[in-house]
Amino acid sequence: MIVIQCPWCGSRSEEEFTCGGESHILRPEKPAEVSDEEWAAYLYQRKNPKGVHYERWRHTYGCRQWFNVARDTVTHEVVAVYRMNEPRPTPEAEGA
Amino acid sequence: MKRTVERLSGARVDVSRPLTFMFDGQPYRGFAGDSLASALLANGLSVVGRSFKLHRPRGVLGTGKEECNALVQLESGAFSEPNARATLVPLYKGLNATGQNAWPNVQFDLLGAMGALKRFLPASFYYKTFMWPNWHSWEWLIRRVAGLGAAPLSADPQGYIKQNIHADVVVIGAGRSGLQAALSASADESCRVLLIDEQEEFGGALLASPLDADRQWLDDALAQLEARANITLLRRTTVNGYYDNNVLAALERVSNHLGPVVVERPRERLWRIFAGRVVLATGALERPMVFPNNDRPGIMLASALAEYTHRYGLTLAERPVFYTNNDTAWRRALALADAGLPVLAIVDTRTAVDGELLQQAEAAGIDIYLGTAITNTAGRGGVRKVTLHRIAADGGSLGGAVTSLRCDLLAMSGGWTPTIHLYSQSGGRLQYRDSDACFVPADAHQSVSVVGRANGDFGEPANLQPQWLTPDVSSEKQWLDFQYDVTASDIQLAARENFVSVEHVKRYTTNGMSVDQGKTSNINGLGVLAQTLGRPVPEVGTTRFRPPYHPTTVGAFAGVELGALYAPYQRLPAHALHEAAGAVFEDYGAWRRPAYYPGPGESEERALARESLAVRQGVGLLDYSPLGKLEVHGPDAREFLNRVYINNIQTLKVGGARYGLMLDEGGIVIDDGIVVCLAEDHFLLNTTSGGAQAIHQHLEEWLQCEWLDLEVIVNNLTSQWATLMLSGPKARDVLCKLSGDIDVSREAFAHMQFREGTLLGQPCRILRASFTGEVSFEISVPAGHGPALWQALMTAGDEYDIAPFGLESLMLLRTEKGYLHIGSDTDGNTMPQDLGWAPAIEKKPADFIGRRSLAQAVGKDPDRFQFTGIELMDPDGRVESGAHVLTSDGSSTAGYVTSAFHSPSLGRTVALGLVAGAHARDGEKITIFGQGSKQAARLVKPGAYDEAGEALNG
Repeated sequence: MIVIQCPWCGSRSEEEFTCGGESHILRPEKPAEVSDEEWAAYLYQRKNPKGVHYERWRHTYGCRQWFNVARDTVTHEVVAVYRMNEPRPTPEAEGA
Repeated sequence: MKRTVERLSGARVDVSRPLTFMFDGQPYRGFAGDSLASALLANGLSVVGRSFKLHRPRGVLGTGKEECNALVQLESGAFSEPNARATLVPLYKGLNATGQNAWPNVQFDLLGAMGALKRFLPASFYYKTFMWPNWHSWEWLIRRVAGLGAAPLSADPQGYIKQNIHADVVVIGAGRSGLQAALSASADESCRVLLIDEQEEFGGALLASPLDADRQWLDDALAQLEARANITLLRRTTVNGYYDNNVLAALERVSNHLGPVVVERPRERLWRIFAGRVVLATGALERPMVFPNNDRPGIMLASALAEYTHRYGLTLAERPVFYTNNDTAWRRALALADAGLPVLAIVDTRTAVDGELLQQAEAAGIDIYLGTAITNTAGRGGVRKVTLHRIAADGGSLGGAVTSLRCDLLAMSGGWTPTIHLYSQSGGRLQYRDSDACFVPADAHQSVSVVGRANGDFGEPANLQPQWLTPDVSSEKQWLDFQYDVTASDIQLAARENFVSVEHVKRYTTNGMSVDQGKTSNINGLGVLAQTLGRPVPEVGTTRFRPPYHPTTVGAFAGVELGALYAPYQRLPAHALHEAAGAVFEDYGAWRRPAYYPGPGESEERALARESLAVRQGVGLLDYSPLGKLEVHGPDAREFLNRVYINNIQTLKVGGARYGLMLDEGGIVIDDGIVVCLAEDHFLLNTTSGGAQAIHQHLEEWLQCEWLDLEVIVNNLTSQWATLMLSGPKARDVLCKLSGDIDVSREAFAHMQFREGTLLGQPCRILRASFTGEVSFEISVPAGHGPALWQALMTAGDEYDIAPFGLESLMLLRTEKGYLHIGSDTDGNTMPQDLGWAPAIEKKPADFIGRRSLAQAVGKDPDRFQFTGIELMDPDGRVESGAHVLTSDGSSTAGYVTSAFHSPSLGRTVALGLVAGAHARDGEKITIFGQGSKQAARLVKPGAYDEAGEALNG
């Protein structure tokens, strides 16, 4: 079980949270103008890295807020937690 | 086994407190401080179990978790517990245990004849033999012959609980190393320390030490720990799982030791431990020696003999023989002799042994056989004789016969296996240490330290020379897994058949798959495999350790989440009134709602007919409180909703209401409902009852993750308001009778309008929408006033024979009208065009969630399952939702019935469905297959009742 530092509530157990999958996926600004392939990629194509994965989590049984988590998929270590409006941390900042 | 007449002095049992207990129907006596195993041994019982497959007689092998022989059925009836290790059951007054897997009992098991069949029942026997016609033809028989204890058949009367605990340092194991670790960690008062041990009392192997100095040290250490406020001590607690982030799971046996009684405390507690640092002081387990007929009762681990002697004060043997390949057993033998007990001989496979040990053994009068192997044992119900042969220095071949020894107990030590289960679970790497022939912790993966014997720090040199099996004699009766009857020959067979991966060998032979999960058999099996393959042990590798370390009661996982507490549920504000009205309640999502209100002796179908006719002809009242009520507020609320609904929200006027459909980004319909404009920047979303929470989360996700620039707040006020649906041609007449300031006249309050005001002196919101097809008022008041409003409307409706109606009647009414119910009439593929919404979407200029997906090829497929009405050709026909609509050639499914009711208003079945290409097939004949039979039907437009739709304007 992993422990996640909610930016609003502090350190809490994984079971209070819901993982929403990969973060930083940009919705096309004008969906009507993108190709079927681009739209399908936006909808379905996701990274599956061995290592640090940037994903969004919701503190479902707490403040109900979404935020980003950089999590190592091998060690389950939470490398960084940052708010939705904050930029993705650079690998240097993670010490990776 | 010799009966113990008088316990040795210094034993940790209280001879002033005798306890009577039963085993296999016979009364026996033990003392407080005994385990069931020590009490059985004290009474001279050498056979206490039977093996799983061959029903071989089994005697006590060890003293703790590693015990694979002394499995008993503890207590009976609802309190019954199968496969209890006698070594782990503390004796209590009146304890009642029976032997397992034997008939009539473990002493005289008629199925013991199976033992003679060993050579015909090798590892792969079941796989190869019971294939014709299939395994299931034989399973019933095999399950009766081979087996473990029986699971209780009635509900567990005892309680279980779960609890979380946080600590800076968690020490697991309270032997010498663990106690030292706990003492040093807790010296810092700011450090929260948790010390856990699985035994009845702290001390670990120290409890079995005959030395006064050890006992004094233990007493001092415990006194110090007890005095410290920053340490929590958990006895009778087994840590079973080690997970990520130093989270551990442990089972505390809170009141098991009190026996089969229901007490206020739970029986067991499942701890979830959040640890800063973990110290594993889990000790080591002794391994058996592998030789022919090494499974005979009376053959036990050398450490077990020591513990039964020094801790429990038993005198088990007059002529005990020790058999070993290392020094530790010599020290056990010497300690026994020191205590004044007889030791007949030490047989050692090694040709050379430490001179000092030799000297001491000779001085103690112990016969010594070096470079010697035991090649057979004999004796009924216990070992009586062992046969000795010379063995070559490399252990590879036997020499001549030496002698045979008459004996009454054989204590064996094949070396030590550090208890690294938890360490392995934590992700730590193991490394094979040749000198001790065991795996020890190498690189840790989490914040964990391993100390003492668990780390391979045995404190005394073992000078071990592994002897994995006895050469030059049949390997058929050289047991590895005593419970599952796996012998060295089974491992060799697996290797011959090319099962060379250690994980495959484990499954093929079942070695290490018995209840102890290989605590004594794994390494020996690995050694035999390595030797057979001619490869070094570390190359063969070891199987992975997974939780649980020791079996955990299922009840502990359930905790208190049973029966009424199984899942949280919500009650309607007027629940008590519905109960008084005789409602049948059902769970709809989290809500417990009236399904219908049967009169005396009235069937469900008759109740639904009566209730729905009341709504069609007079007036009915439904508790509609679970209706989703999300309020969307803010300067960008209108823009936000316009992006969320497929409908145009920009043109919705204040006080107006509009039906809307919501999609996910894949274009799939996830909700429908009515959007009410309360003010220019304030909207009320009446979502589906079951979807309120999910839709709230859906909206939040878009606001928080995608459209951070929109100034909008979403609030779920569903349970803040009680909502009653007053429906039927007389609805307005009833509502008029209640005092309020909202003009409900037909002229002032049209269909799809919304009003706010007061009713019966309370704030009130009324929406005119209709899910029944009749004039309907959806009246909301603050939740606490729901019961009063219900009573007022029932009283006012009395003169119109108002009927309360339940959710099933509502479903009947809306099916008659062909009104869609999301989740019933839609599935995970339904897009709005399947519901006939393509033209409306065309007219909306703006983008909305999911719109682009509708234009993908899949959205344009003419054979999409489309929403339709279905009419049976037989006017008396019945159909159930879930029935299939067949393709024209009858070979496959082309849709299904999604809603079906018998309509009392129309006198026939009304049905809705999702059918391939239905919109272009209006009127077409189809065949329905359901409940094993076919019937003819045709596709029609949804809405069989009141096709003109006039009734709802009333």
